[in-house]
Amino acid sequence: MSDHTVKSYDDDLASLKQMLAQMGGLAEEQLANAIDAVAKRDTKLADRVIAGDEKIDVLEQQIEEKAILTIAKRQPMAQDLRQIIVAIRISSDLERIGDLAKNTAKRTHAISEQMPRKLVSGLTRMGNLAQEQLKNILDAYAQNDAEKAILVWRSDEDIDALYNSIFRELLTYMMEDPRMIGPCTHLLFGTKNMERIGDHTTNIAENIYFLVHGKAITEERPKKDSTSTTNYNLTT
Amino acid sequence: MTDTFDKGNAAFIAKRYSSERRFRAYGAAALAISVLFLVYLIADIGIRAWPSFFEHRAVLEVNLDASKIPAGNVQTGDFEGVVRTAFRGGFPGITARSDLKSLTSLLSAGAADDLRQQTVANPASIGTTVKAGVLLADDADLYLKGMLTDTVKTPGKTNLQLAQSGDEFILTGDLSQLAAGQIVRANGGALRIASIEAGLARAEAVMPPVTLNTLAPGTWDILSFSHAEADRRIDDRQVVWLESLRDKGAIEKHFAWRFFTNGDSREPELAGLRGAIAGSLLTLIVTLSLSVPLGIAAAVYLEEFAPKNKWTEIIEVNINNLAAVPSIIFGLLGLAVFINFMGLPRSAPLVGGLVLALLVLPTIIIASRAAMKAVPPSIKEAALGVGASHQQAVFHHVLPLAVPGILTGTILGVARALGETAPLLMIGMVAFIVDVPKGFTEAATVLPVQIFLWSDLPEVAFQSRTAAAIIVLLGILFCLNAVAIYMRKRFERRW
Amino acid sequence: MDASPQKSTLSNSPRILAARDTKIVASDVNVYYGEKHAIKHLSIDIPDRAVSAFIGPSGCGKSTFLRSINRMNDTIDGCRVTGDILVDGKNIYDRDLDVVQLRARVGMVFQKPNPFPKSIFENVAYGPRIHGIAKSKTDLEEIVVGSLKKASLFEEVKDRLDHPGTGLSGGQQQRLCIARAIAVNPEIILMDEPCSALDPIASARIEELIDEIRQNYCIIIVTHSMQQAARVSQLTAFFHLGDLVEFGDTDDMFTTPQDKRTQDYITGRFG
Repeated sequence: MSDHTVKSYDDDLASLKQMLAQMGGLAEEQLANAIDAVAKRDTKLADRVIAGDEKIDVLEQQIEEKAILTIAKRQPMAQDLRQIIVAIRISSDLERIGDLAKNTAKRTHAISEQMPRKLVSGLTRMGNLAQEQLKNILDAYAQNDAEKAILVWRSDEDIDALYNSIFRELLTYMMEDPRMIGPCTHLLFGTKNMERIGDHTTNIAENIYFLVHGKAITEERPKKDSTSTTNYNLTT
Repeated sequence: MTDTFDKGNAAFIAKRYSSERRFRAYGAAALAISVLFLVYLIADIGIRAWPSFFEHRAVLEVNLDASKIPAGNVQTGDFEGVVRTAFRGGFPGITARSDLKSLTSLLSAGAADDLRQQTVANPASIGTTVKAGVLLADDADLYLKGMLTDTVKTPGKTNLQLAQSGDEFILTGDLSQLAAGQIVRANGGALRIASIEAGLARAEAVMPPVTLNTLAPGTWDILSFSHAEADRRIDDRQVVWLESLRDKGAIEKHFAWRFFTNGDSREPELAGLRGAIAGSLLTLIVTLSLSVPLGIAAAVYLEEFAPKNKWTEIIEVNINNLAAVPSIIFGLLGLAVFINFMGLPRSAPLVGGLVLALLVLPTIIIASRAAMKAVPPSIKEAALGVGASHQQAVFHHVLPLAVPGILTGTILGVARALGETAPLLMIGMVAFIVDVPKGFTEAATVLPVQIFLWSDLPEVAFQSRTAAAIIVLLGILFCLNAVAIYMRKRFERRW
Repeated sequence: MDASPQKSTLSNSPRILAARDTKIVASDVNVYYGEKHAIKHLSIDIPDRAVSAFIGPSGCGKSTFLRSINRMNDTIDGCRVTGDILVDGKNIYDRDLDVVQLRARVGMVFQKPNPFPKSIFENVAYGPRIHGIAKSKTDLEEIVVGSLKKASLFEEVKDRLDHPGTGLSGGQQQRLCIARAIAVNPEIILMDEPCSALDPIASARIEELIDEIRQNYCIIIVTHSMQQAARVSQLTAFFHLGDLVEFGDTDDMFTTPQDKRTQDYITGRFG
């Protein structure tokens, strides 16, 4: 796409995109640290993650202000308008991802040392998958690549599938040993957070598709998370 | 940015400002010089013309002798005779034939005209004696206006003895007031001082004195002149007669209405502009009634309807060139076409009007086109946009808005026609015509041609008349321009 | 560029056309100014009772095409139009068509407000008068008042109908011009950048007016303001270098234009 006649308009859009990239980087880092903290029971790291969320919130606010200002000043049309609207939406998704990472990190304190490593590794695997998704989607956004975004969107299935299996695993564990219900619930929430992060990446993917094509993805969204409809009979 | 205020720039800016000031000064100077020329010209003409608007009359007791003026046919009565008798009656001492002739020449050839008119209007006065102002001849008039010589009257303050030796008179006593060339009026006579020697002054009689008494202070006076008798068109005798009339209070000064109500004449004091004004009016009527409709129609067609092609372009160029063609060419054309070919009468306002119409047509066309061009095209578009036809758009909107401009152009054209002389010379409107023209085909002349004619005449009084006629012409042109400005302001509309 | 763009637009004809009657059908229209080919093989269907906006950079031919619809181009020397423009199925370039009648049916509002230098009343009454629309004086008054009301100007000028139209403000003058156009009962109203000489508030009032009257007329507006086109029109046509690049629903044109040239133009990237 060629440049705008008004150069500062290009600068506005570029700085918006750059801020979003920065925010994406921060979210990635927060997520990685949160998973690390839980995996290693590193409460210090966890505290750092909790404190670091502030930065993401500030960035989101800045992006919002910049977007509103650009709309007011430039009256953007078509592609440019989508770019700005999508930036607002993605920033809000990233902010949620940051929140979820923070929430996961908080649970480090509640998960005790004697927790079986096997159980925690489910969360780590989920986290790695979500991390991968986030990285890919940020790349897709940076490159305006709708195809790549669609790939990310489709692979949300995998996270959902993994989440289902971890859900069952933790459920089984809790039924076996009621003492573990507390920590396991925390793990369950942490895993759920990772699943939510996956959902947010699909949101971002949809936005990237809209940004490039000007319309929403028409396919049915892949949803393999069946936990909300699964009925487990505890008496057996 | 501070560089802007450094020294080099300051010098440059100062130069620029001074050049601007210089240019303004040039402009103001040019304006001042033009105004100076114009004021000088107008003032010069005005000062020359001023005396012509007044005339002097001698007030006489005229006996309307019934034997000379038949009551049945007043018009043919010998008014000249009765006026002459009355005038001579004021100078009983004059009997010699040549003296009488000289005396009568102070009266205008048309001296009796006013009296004749009065009497025709009031036949009952026949047989009675009436008080009548009779017009003086041009030289007498000029003398009284002080245009032939400056005359100074000095009352005698000393005792003088008067003696006669043959034809010569000798004045002795205190001669301190006297100088050669002066006229001493005393004892019912007038003496011209020929020379002053030790103790005595020799003088010759202009009018012989009745007695030879000693001249006491207050009983005599001296007339001294700036021009000697040989250098003026009026002799000492006539001066003495006129002065005696003036002393008696029998000379009256009046506004010279006849300058506007008389036709042309060989006598300056009788010559008037009425014929020329009427001729100009008739000519202009013909000019206007032809050139305005033709000019506006041509302009409308060329501006709005004519296809833009080579032919219309040629016509346009030619119209523009025609406006610059010397006017005498139009006169030649008029002579060849209207008089020689079409056989129209020579010297007539009809032909003059036709020629002048041709002359101002290009001016009117150009002015009208410019006026229509100046109407914003958006107005025409608006009219076309609501479904007006082209003709409706032009006649409802463009033309009314162009009216002020067209009027201005027309009046300027008329002003040009009014001041035009050359083409009219070619078609014979330069004849000496006494009668006021009453129709378009009668012989006539027009104002500028009248000026041209008068300026050629030898009589001194006609110089002043010429200037006066110029003032009248300028006045009419000024009025026309005033009307043009008024009309433009009146019809001007903002859009 | 040489690919004839009008075909693509006709094949994916705007949705909105389906719901409305077509008022104007232009097919293979070419306009030449002397040697200059100002409009190239243009074909377009314009619906009734809707606002169609023509946008495009200067010199793209949008005004030229607009002026072809009421044959105002006839008044320009050396202007030649080929192809067919049908209004209600009647070719307006037919020899037997009366241009004056056409212009009564196709009103026009110009870029600069151009009221006649006459009274407000006379401005509006002029059209009905020359077309003999009013039967009587009261008839005429009714038409004038009605037109002024439709142009939402009546309330502002009802006390001074005999004042000169040129004494009104720019926005009022333009609404007076719209009233003048409405007074002759046109079916189509062409507007050639009607707000370009007005301040934003006056422009907004004109836009509001266009929105109010669009139910009854086929309105075509040429504008340089894309925002204005987006606001007032239901259809937008994008012209470029004498080509009709894209014609579609305004909602789509300003969010997801199909052609890259349109996209570049509306996002301010042209050239």
